Order: sequence, then C-alpha cells, then structure tokens
Amino acid sequence: MLPPLHPLTIISHEQSMVTVTINGEPTEIASEMTVEVLLDTVEVPPNYLAVEVNSEVVRREDYATKMVHDGDRVEVVTLVGGG
Amino acid sequence: MAIVEPAVDDTEQPDAGLRIGTHTLSSRLIVGTGRYDTMEQMRDSLDASGADCVTVAVRRERLYERGGKNILDFIDPKRYVLLPNTAGCYTSEDAIRAANLGREILSSLGNPGEDWVKLEVLGDSRTLLPNPAETIVACEKLAADGFQVLCYTSDCPVTAKRLKEVGATSVMPAGSPIGSGQGLLNTNNLRIILEYLKEDDPDFPVIIDAGVGTASDVSEAFELGGDAVLLNTAIAHARDPILMARAMKHAALAGRNAYLAGRIPKRLYGTASSPTEGVISTRPYGSDA
Repeated sequence: MLPPLHPLTIISHEQSMVTVTINGEPTEIASEMTVEVLLDTVEVPPNYLAVEVNSEVVRREDYATKMVHDGDRVEVVTLVGGG
Repeated sequence: MAIVEPAVDDTEQPDAGLRIGTHTLSSRLIVGTGRYDTMEQMRDSLDASGADCVTVAVRRERLYERGGKNILDFIDPKRYVLLPNTAGCYTSEDAIRAANLGREILSSLGNPGEDWVKLEVLGDSRTLLPNPAETIVACEKLAADGFQVLCYTSDCPVTAKRLKEVGATSVMPAGSPIGSGQGLLNTNNLRIILEYLKEDDPDFPVIIDAGVGTASDVSEAFELGGDAVLLNTAIAHARDPILMARAMKHAALAGRNAYLAGRIPKRLYGTASSPTEGVISTRPYGSDA
C-alpha cells in the first residue's frame, strides 16, 4: 500500500485545486485544510511558531478551525537571532 | 595567566533595576542574539554579558529544511526576557505585522516580553538608518494596540521627542549606524535627547541602541546618562565574543557607577592632588602666579 500523501506534496495539476503561497513560495496542497493540519508538516514545536494568513495573525486557539483557502497567502515564522 | 578573583563581588548592580514600562531589568545591558558563529557561542556570550533581556528577530520558518536548530533551544525563556524586534522592515505595515507575529510566539512561551517590541523601521539598506515618518506611524499604532514599544531611532532629538509623544515606552537612539562599530558619533544630540525626554519625567527610559564598537562606547553611553545600552555585533563579531561580553558587562557597570557618582567638572588648568604645603622642592621656573 502506498503511504499517505504528505499534505504539502505537490501533486499533478489535474488533481490539485488548491494553490496557496507559503512563505512567498506558491505551493499546491492536496485540499483546503486547517492551519493545524498544514503545520503538521513542520518539524518545529508549535509554540516556536506564529502563523499569518493574508497578513492577519492566526491565534493558536484558532489553528484547528481556521481554513486555508485557494489563493491565500500564508506566513509561518519563528524566532531567530537578531539585534 | 593566573587571574586573581576579587574577594567581593564587584559586579553587583549599582542601583535598583531598570524599569521599562511594566518590566524591571536587573542588568542595564540588553544584548542581541544575531551574527554568532554558533548557537553555543551565542548562549555562552549571553551568559557572560550578565544581560537578562535579549533581542530576537521574527523570520520565515524554513519549511522544507528539517532538523535545523532553533534558537529557542539555546535561550531559556524562563531566564531571559525576550524582546522581539521588527528588524528588516521598511514600512510601518510590515513592522506592525512582525510585532504581532512576535507577540504570538512569545505568548505561547509564557515569556514576559510578549507585549514588548523593539520597533525598527528602516529607511535605507546601506546605512540601516531608520525611516522616521514610518517609525512614528508604527509606534503610535502599536502603542494604541497595547504594545510596549521600545523604539529604535536616529540621534535626532525632534524625532525622539515625537516618538515619546505618540506613546513609546522607551526611545532608543542610535549611537551610529547598526553594526558599524563607530561608537557614539553625536554625543551632543544624545545629551539633548536625554534632556528633552527626561524633562519632568526623569524615569523615562532612554536606551542607547546600535553602533557600539567596544567597551568604552558602552561606558560613555552610561556616563552621558543613558539608562541602558543595546548592542549585538560588538560582541558577536569580536575575536573572542565571550570575553567581549564580559568586557561589556563591566563597561556597563563602570559607566553607570561613574554616572551615579558624578564626574568632576573639566578644568583648563591642573589642580594638584598632593598638598601644596610642606613640599621639599622649590619652584625653579618662577611659576608662582
């Protein structure tokens, strides 16, 4: 049996209906999904991250319900060294 | 080389902690976490600096590069107040977005810095000097939205005054361009800023931010009356960052102590330290005037 598709696996244009821009990169995803599912693809503890959809911060408590739609601009950020 | 440890702790803070908004810091040195060769070197340098507040930047997570180290694995959020910055933003809109993202991360860490932001809105990528108009707009909006804004600005007294008026919790004039190591270029302007912002409000915190090259720059900032100094590159790019971090800690203490102690006025002529009576010598050159 084939393993399940990684949520961010780029699939063929015939199958995909959803293109979102993640951190500036146009990315095709299997379907519209919640922020929570989208974040499952990132191997960083969720409390190290913040998410923005269309320039609005998504609060942590809304990850399970906030849907990412076709054409959305998503930013996933963390903290890095800086002055 | 053997180093004789002092019998008493000479790094004791000279005065009560520095109050910035609703927070109190015990060290008056705030250090950045960027530009270190390794995370371990950064961690040890922060420790050596004695700082209890460190700045961090908000950046895109590298979604497709697994297993990278995260800075939060090397900074204990229980030990340090994290001060997220808006570095690299060139518009008030982007700076406000970065501030909100930083707040979201810090709130999940339970860090007291969550309502803090070091606001930085740049106007020019070569000098890294701030855009005053955009900085004022962003400062006013963030303050209205409940942020305690520690606001990076140039050494212009007019801009500094305006930032305080629109709600900055602290104004942070630059000594010289970020990362330039030129020290404090216009101490007259810094003195005017200190006078303006502390007039009728002596506890308003003014933090000298950016441009520090070495320890004497830090001492000078405190001797002028600055409440704190924020620096990064001078430690991170020193040949020995951990040793330089120690030097900066001592420079901050020296400068602050000297400021509190009060310097003597400068005089054109010398005044003898030893008694003038009972000298066994005569004055051969007739200089009795």
